[in-house]
Amino acid sequence: MTRALGASLVVILAALVVFTWGTDGWRAFTSETARREQVLRNPRPLPAVVLEDQDGRTFELSDYRGRSVAVEFIYTRCQSICRSLGMAFRQIRDAIAPQRLEHELALLSISFDSVHDDVPALAAWASAHGADGRHWRVARVRDPAQLGPLLEAFGVVVIADGLGGYEHNAAIHLLDRDGRLVRIDDIDTPQRFLAQAGLQP
Amino acid sequence: MRPGAAACWAALLWLALALPPLRDALEGSMRMHMLVQMPLLAATGFIAVRALAATRRARVLQLSGGSVPLVLAAMLAASYWMLPRALDAALADPAAAVAKFITLPVLVGAPLALAWPRLGTVGRGFVWTNLASMLAVTGWLYVAAPVRVCNAYLASDQYEAGMWMVWLAVAILFGWLVGLFVGAAAPQSATPESTAVTSSAARDRHRLVRAP
Repeated sequence: MTRALGASLVVILAALVVFTWGTDGWRAFTSETARREQVLRNPRPLPAVVLEDQDGRTFELSDYRGRSVAVEFIYTRCQSICRSLGMAFRQIRDAIAPQRLEHELALLSISFDSVHDDVPALAAWASAHGADGRHWRVARVRDPAQLGPLLEAFGVVVIADGLGGYEHNAAIHLLDRDGRLVRIDDIDTPQRFLAQAGLQP
Repeated sequence: MRPGAAACWAALLWLALALPPLRDALEGSMRMHMLVQMPLLAATGFIAVRALAATRRARVLQLSGGSVPLVLAAMLAASYWMLPRALDAALADPAAAVAKFITLPVLVGAPLALAWPRLGTVGRGFVWTNLASMLAVTGWLYVAAPVRVCNAYLASDQYEAGMWMVWLAVAILFGWLVGLFVGAAAPQSATPESTAVTSSAARDRHRLVRAP
């Protein structure tokens, strides 16, 4: 009886420790929440990747040094969630004065569909969503081999939906002036994203 | 089942589950992952316990404090692997995958197999109802969640898995209730525990007699 009680207590204590550890103190029950918490605690450096935008110009994330960047991941054939992503970026852009876009925050939509999304496809998506190619660029990873490491660094998981499209953990990612990933927010609260990023208009 | 055969079957099943063809097929969808692969992994531990001699099983039971801590361990370990984050980790992180392949047999299947013969109607009822409620609550959350809870699985897959879990919970409760009424209609004179002990002891005696 005493042994049963003692052993039960040990089991419960062990489970408490494991559950607390496995959920970051009962806060992160999904890997998406965990990813956001991790980035907040430890800003992440990102790999050097050559990107190609809707006008065919190549650039790197490090070219944005000194300016914050809002990054979202898209694919141009996307019908559902990427519309909301495009919408969120439009709201962010419209909420900030042009000179601040010039010096403080740039917008960058990166396609993870390297096969289908060539420059014309990016250009079509950009004009449909109002991305000007200057403050808001739409880009793809030029070397498809660099896409995997980039997505992994961001913690973005892309899965085929079986209908020729994709599902992914869509979010707004904030890179700080040093090019580190520092915040990840929901796509449906762009105002909150701006406030948290200290970019309130 | 003979002890040697039990060990063989458990090892074979475990290997089959761990090797790429079956593993990839089962982990490719959320419902197969949660409702086929994980229960089968637990089953390998359950079967492996049969490989132990009755006396050794009794010894382990005694050392671990009887059936209550064992059932508790099984329930808590099983519920951990129902967390969406654990599910994602089992796919993305090799260490988590190894942990899943070890803890489900060792901490879920084996303890249940050890405790099961000792459990009476109330104990078994606790296991079944607890399992059903875990499945129902998690399943309902998966169905009702406005977002994907696993980065590795499609929203439609999550909905399907949730529905399957809810229906499985209903089926388990139904089966348990039917079992209760059937059991009540034909009461056994001996408790499950003493029957198990007697029959295995009888079998051992039988072997001794037949041995040359």
